[in-house]
Formats: sequence, structure tokens, C-alpha cells
Amino acid sequence: MAALLEVDQLSVEFVTRRGRLLALDGVDFSIAAGEVLGVVGESGAGKSLTGAAIIGLLEKPGRIRAGQIRFDGKRIDDLSPDGMRGIRGKQIGAIFQDPLTTLNPLYTVGRQLAETIQTHLPLSDADARARAISWLERVGIPAAARRIDSYPHEFSGGMRQRVVIALALCTEPRLVVADEPTTALDVSIQAQIIGLLKELTREHGTAVMLVTHDMGVIAETADRVAVMYAGRVIEIGPVADIVQRPSHPYTQGLMDSIPALDRRLARLRQIDGAMPRLNAIPPGCPYNPRCPKVFDRCVRDRPGLMPARATRAACWLYAPETVGEGAHG
Amino acid sequence: MVDAVLQAENVTRRFDVSRPWLQRAISREPKQSLRAVDDVSFSIAKGQTLSLVGESGCGKSTIARLAVGLYPPSEGRMLFEGQSLSAARAQPELRRRMNMIFQDPYASLNPRWRVRDIVAEPLRAFGILTGRQAVTERVGQLLEQVGLSARDGEKFPHEFSGGQRQRISIARALSSEPDFLVADEPTSALDVSVQAQILNLLRELQERMQLTYLFISHNLAVVRHVSDQLGVMYLGRIVEIGPGESIFSNPRHPYTRLLLDAIPDLAMTGRARTPVGGEVPSPIDPPSGCTFHPRCPFANARCSAERPGYTIDGAVSVACHAVEERRLPPRESTAGLA
Amino acid sequence: MRALARAWDSDVVYSFRRTPVAVISAAILLALVIGAVFCRWIAPFDPYDLASLNLMDSFQPPAFMPEGTTAHWLGTDDQGRDMLSAILYGARLSFVVGLSSVLFAVVVGVVVGLVAGYVGGSADAALMRLADVQLSFPAILIALLIDGVVSVSLPIAMREGVQVYVLIFAIGVSFWPQFARTVRGSTLVERGKEYVMAAQVIGLSSPRILLTHILPNVLGPVLVIATLSLGLAIISEATLSYLGVGLPPTQPSVGTLIRVGNDFLYSGEWWIALFPGIALLLIVLSINLLGDWLRDALNPRLR
Repeated sequence: MAALLEVDQLSVEFVTRRGRLLALDGVDFSIAAGEVLGVVGESGAGKSLTGAAIIGLLEKPGRIRAGQIRFDGKRIDDLSPDGMRGIRGKQIGAIFQDPLTTLNPLYTVGRQLAETIQTHLPLSDADARARAISWLERVGIPAAARRIDSYPHEFSGGMRQRVVIALALCTEPRLVVADEPTTALDVSIQAQIIGLLKELTREHGTAVMLVTHDMGVIAETADRVAVMYAGRVIEIGPVADIVQRPSHPYTQGLMDSIPALDRRLARLRQIDGAMPRLNAIPPGCPYNPRCPKVFDRCVRDRPGLMPARATRAACWLYAPETVGEGAHG
Repeated sequence: MVDAVLQAENVTRRFDVSRPWLQRAISREPKQSLRAVDDVSFSIAKGQTLSLVGESGCGKSTIARLAVGLYPPSEGRMLFEGQSLSAARAQPELRRRMNMIFQDPYASLNPRWRVRDIVAEPLRAFGILTGRQAVTERVGQLLEQVGLSARDGEKFPHEFSGGQRQRISIARALSSEPDFLVADEPTSALDVSVQAQILNLLRELQERMQLTYLFISHNLAVVRHVSDQLGVMYLGRIVEIGPGESIFSNPRHPYTRLLLDAIPDLAMTGRARTPVGGEVPSPIDPPSGCTFHPRCPFANARCSAERPGYTIDGAVSVACHAVEERRLPPRESTAGLA
Repeated sequence: MRALARAWDSDVVYSFRRTPVAVISAAILLALVIGAVFCRWIAPFDPYDLASLNLMDSFQPPAFMPEGTTAHWLGTDDQGRDMLSAILYGARLSFVVGLSSVLFAVVVGVVVGLVAGYVGGSADAALMRLADVQLSFPAILIALLIDGVVSVSLPIAMREGVQVYVLIFAIGVSFWPQFARTVRGSTLVERGKEYVMAAQVIGLSSPRILLTHILPNVLGPVLVIATLSLGLAIISEATLSYLGVGLPPTQPSVGTLIRVGNDFLYSGEWWIALFPGIALLLIVLSINLLGDWLRDALNPRLR
């Protein structure tokens, strides 16, 4: 399957008067049409930044330092703001975390939907409104024909996020970047929203880049998963393998520290220490200070993604030399 | 209960959410009040952890504040070691034995104060230690106890990550040498690996210092690992309360089952998830009878008319007509739930 | 020493170093302040000493004009007062009155804002309505009113002595609502934060919480508003003096000088009005430019 979105060795830096901070360092992954890629990582790993770079909403003083982003084979990282605006909304949609700030409180939901539709499709006012109503129905807003003229504050949190989903999907984009779409919602609503997102994207064959720190959501929704740490992708592979048989020690530690619902532990497994700050990333593999399986190569050389059992992981444990030695892994 | 540290007896707390009186006078609206906590009773024994779980609008944050005495109940009583909580709080010697840890690591530390002053504040306020030297030493000890270094006292909060700030919060709470801590969603704002560290720390401290916890959370998985007793809340009422393991192995109330079902299946057993529709209704205008009835798959006519009382089933109390009438079907065995 | 080095490197100072307007304004302001503070030693004459005035010296033009002498760099006024000295002493008065009135307004405004924001309810409503009522009156009108009331109710002998204090009070009173509103807004925000709740849990009294926890966090915008109000306060004082209800004529401020000079603008002795005017312009302009820079430098979103 040809890749719809290719992120090729993307590096993003922040230029401040105190120096340059490298926030993303050689991020590399691709998303095929109709596929859901989960991007997982903890705060500061760079997942939201990656999403922002793809949509073209990187805020100063951040800028793309190296690498490419290709959409449907064509480069989009070097487009002018106008060029990007043509793609954003029509081909690439976005869903952000907080529905309260995504929706403009001054305009009715119907007007915002219709405006988005008409920006990208040549439809009359009446047709745009009809389409907006049908989208509201599709996302499960009851009495859509009446609620279309309501303001965002008149909806509850879960309903608002449904409207945001409608807003992102109403132009039928080929890729949706969803940044923590359920984090601000109650647990029972999260399940509904994730279900809705899955259903609609399968229906339209939309690819999804789902950025979140919640592994549970990923396990249920994603086809493939990319795990990010300190600005790089350190493991990528099919969701079942990442969740149940992770190769990279960080992913293993992450999975272990998630409190399991099925039994009670005397002590949760934890990873000691914390993710390094941008200006204090150690040489070699960025995880080496916390890694239980660290050895001498880890401190010297930085690993790239390499085949590691069922996934690809940036870890020297899986280098052919190491595996051959049979010393670890 | 004899050795209960904290008890709530039929506690109700109302908030006045009426619009400003001028607007009410013009549109002739009545006063509106919100029952954030509705006839709640529980008791926490020494050295134990009671967790209260629920979603937005269930009243758990209000209970956290009631438990530590930030405001009094509108009805009912809160008791600390047998005496009225407000009377206890009037005595500094008793007041210092309760403290609180908050949810937001970024708003719970004064950004303009150094960490050592933040942690030392309860020490100074209660006169536990005087003299700069003694206070500095004690602060250093507390910081080390929570996994930071004594030198971190010189820094400001913004120099620390979310997890580290929560540790500072814990050190502050411990500095008054409390017996009872209310933890209001202490890990909800933290990443999963940091959450594990903080939860382990809280348990260690509890064992070492014989602390009693009231633990508030919306995350059932987290709660399983820290609770002895568990209470599930919905729209201000406790709908199910009892020993944690009993509830997890056999959830009785339909809402408890909904919450358990809504948790994503990490083990990917392909468990059929049928998210129950609907959302938590507004607490200002709750449904009649059993407030859960609009979303409940087992609701009947009685449920919409009459508020359920508590049915005792072993060590667990459940507020549900279907349980009382024994018409609740057993839960389909879901993979992984022992 | 290390603290100085850190301050030099801080974002605010860095911004200052890189903004020419700020540096120049600060330099001009500093020169004026030094001149005003040390006027007793810098000024060649004492303009308040009525005995030293010689009517024969009046209407001397400035030194760079053909009939001028270097004895009076900026000329003399209609009573023989040396303009340079008068301006320096007048500038001192401007700064004193301006700073004092702003200080007064800050203290009153911050206290009212803290109380209104923290206590809420009817106290908040009452205080804010008071502020609203006051804001609907022009500052000059209030100052005139206060001044008039005081002048009428005090015996003449006392009047001159208290004039400065009345002026400070009258100007300060017109500025406090701004501070109160800003501080109230910030207090409302801080009050909801959990570090305040942590202090309440251990039982600290409200005044202590307000003073030690909330106050340090709401002072930021106050500094910016105070700087910008200083320029306004100085202009208000000059206006009132110009109108004749400010400082007594025996202690001329820059505004009084302008008024005096106004009468002679068309008869040829232009320097009596112009130089005080330029001095006032420099004072207020440098303060305002500095205030603008400070507001932008302290705004976290613009950085």
C-alpha cells in the first residue's frame, strides 16, 4: 500500500537566544491510506509537535530544521502559508484536545460547520447547511436539525467533541491528525468518542494519526503504533506486538507501569528517573540512563530504528552484532 | 466504628447557583441550588485507604473538601476521630493531623515561593519547629523522603516536572506530620510511568507512617492498586461501596459495570465493549427517582419514580432497585477480571 | 555579584539592552531625575527664595540668544526667576507629586482589589460599584472638587502647607480604580488555584494568605499600570497647576511656569513657556516609552 503520509527524518528545532533546542530529532514514520497510526509518548516526547509540524501549525520560534513531510508523494513541509491552507482542512483535518477552545464561542455550530464546508467545497448556503445537519446526525447529535443553531456552550463536553469531529471530517479529508481527542472527557464518554472516530474513519477510508499518552485508547483503535521518547521514534510496529510483546526497554517499562485492571499488585512496576529535558539529552541512546539493559554501546552510539522481533526498535540490543553474540536479548 | 479516623454521616452539601438577584427578579426565576453531595455516608479506618471514584459532576471533589473541612456540610455530620470535624479544625493540634494533596501539579505550588518555603509552611504555621537551621534540616529530610534531593529546596517550582512537583506537594503535606491525607486525583495530570512512581511512593509512605488516605480518582485501574475500600459515586450519591476487591470481582451496580466496561482493553482480548450511551446529566436538574435510570439498561418504572435505598450484599452496599429485587443478571465473565 | 550577573542575563534586562527606545528613554529620564533630586546643588539659583529675586533681571532671554548671558542659560521669567533653576525645582515637584500620588493609588487600589477579589459577594459588588462610579468622573474634575472643598474648609494660613498633600490625594484618588480592577481580576484567578487551598487547609488566616501568597502573584500588571499612570499623574499635576488650583505660585511647578509663560508667548518672551513645556514633554514621554517597553517585555506571550 502506498503511503499517504511520509515523515522522513524530520527534525524540528527551537531557536531561542539561549541557543538552539532540538525538539524532534530524525522522526521517521509513514501512514498508509485508511490506516490508524497511534503515536504514543509521555509529555515532552514530541508527539504533539510532530502533529503540529504535519498540519503546518508550528509556532515560532519552532522551525523545521531538516527532513521532509510528504503527502500523497508531494512535499508539504516547504509550502507557503497559503499553499498549506489549501491542504489543511480539505485534505488533512485536525482534532485537538479541548473542544471548548476549538470551537468559536461566538458563532453557532451550524455556522462554523457550514463555513468550513463552503471554504473547501463549492456549495450553496442551503446545500452546505443540509450537509452540516447530516454530519451532526452522523456524529450522533440528537435533534440535529434543531441543535444546528445552538452555540458551543450549550453543548456538553462530549457533544462538543462530536461537533469537533464533524468539523474535521465534513470536508472528507484523507488524513486526520487527532491530538489527544479524548483526554479532556469522562471515561464513559471517551469510549463513545473513540468508537465514533473509528466508525467514521473506516467508513470513509480516512487515515488517522492519533496522538495520545493513553495506551488503552491506542490498543483499541490503532492499527500500528509509533512510540516516541525525547523527540524520536524509538519503536514502531503493529499494535498487538507493541502492546503485548514490546521490544524496546522503554516500551516494556511503559507497558509494565500501566496499572492493570485485572489484578491488584503490591507495587506497580515503575521506571525510575524522568524523560530528559530538551537541553539535557544524553549522548548515545537517550534512554540509557534509565534502561535496565544498558551496555557500553548504548552510551556511545545513537541507535536508529532496526528490525527487532515483530517490530522495529531503536535499540542496540537488536543490532545484528549483539544478537549474534547472544549476550543479551 | 471505634477506630475510624474519618466518618461521614448522611452528609449533604448544596451550592447556591442562582443567577444574580437582579436578573432573577426581572425574569422571576426561583433560586437554584445544586446538590453536589447527596446523603453520603462512609467511614475510614486507621491505616486504610478509601477510594472514591466517579466522573465529572459526581461530587467527589466536593467530598474531598468536606473531608478536610474547607467548608461545612449543609446537612449531616463529618466526624474526625469521633468528634465534629469543624470542632477538630478549630484546635491547631488536631488540625495539623489532616492535610491534602491536589490534582494539578502546576497550580498547587505558589510559583513565587522557593520549594523550601513551600514545604516549610506547615512546619512554621503549626510551630512544629522553629529556627532556620532546624527547619532547613527537616525540609531536606522531607524532600529526600519523597525522592528528591535536599538541594532542590533552593529552586522554584517551574524548574521541576509535573511528577516532581507532585512529590513536592506530598512533602508539603507530610511536613505537618499528619495522620490523615486526602489525595484529590493526585496522579490524573501525570504521565503513566510517573503515575506509577507516585502511587508507589504514596503506598510506601502509608505503610511506613501508618497514614490513612481518602483517595479520589476517576481512574478505576489506578484505584484498584491503592484501595482497601472503594466507593463509586454518581451525581452526588454513593451507588456502591465496600471492600475494593469484592467490587472489582463482582460489580453489582449497573453504573459500576459501565465504568469497568468503559476502560479500554489493554490486554486486547477482543472483549465486546458496548459503551452505554448518554452522558452524565446536569447536577442542577437531576433525573427523578434513581438518577441513573435514563442510562440504565435494567431500569423499570420504579426506578424512575423512587430513590433506591442501600441493599447490603455481604460487605458491599449497593443503591439499586434491581439488586434489591434480585433481578440483576450476573455479569458476563469478562476476560481478565478475577 | 552572582545575583547581578543573573539579573543582567534575565529576559527583561536582555530585552532592555536590545531596545534602543527603552535605553534612550531611560537615559533621558535618569538625567532628569538626577537634575531634580540634586536640584539644590545643581541649580545656579534658588527660585523659591523670594528675597533673591531681582525684578531688574526679569525677561532675560536664554544664553544662546544675542542679548542673553550665561548667568541664565534658559533666561528668566517675569519676576526675575532663573528658568533653569525653576524648571529643575519644578521637575522635582512633578516627580514627588507624581510618584506619591501613584503610590497612594497603588496602595489603595491593591488593598481594595485584594479584598474584593478574595471575599467576593456583596463586599466585592459594593467596592466595584464604587470604583465604577468614580471612573465615570474625569480625573481633573475630581481633583478640582477635592481641592475646592479643602481650600474652602481650611483657614488660609494652613492652606499653603497642605496644598501638596491635597494635590497628591486628589490625583491619587482618581487612579485607584484601575489598580483595584486589575488586582481584583488577578485575585479571582489566583484564589481558585490549589496552592491557596493548600494554605487554607492548614488553617492560615485570610489576611495572611492574601499578603503572603496572593499579593506576590498579582503585582505584575500593577507595575506596568503604575509606570504608565506616572506620566498621567505628572500631566494631571501640571494641568491643575496650569489651571491655578495646583501648587501655590510661590512653589511653582512646571505647570505653573507654563501658565505664567502663556501670557508672554505672543509678546516675545517665548522661552518662559517653551522650556518648561519641553521639560514636561521629556519627562512624560520618556516615562511613557519606558512604560510601553516594560509592558511588552513583561508580557509572556510576546516573548
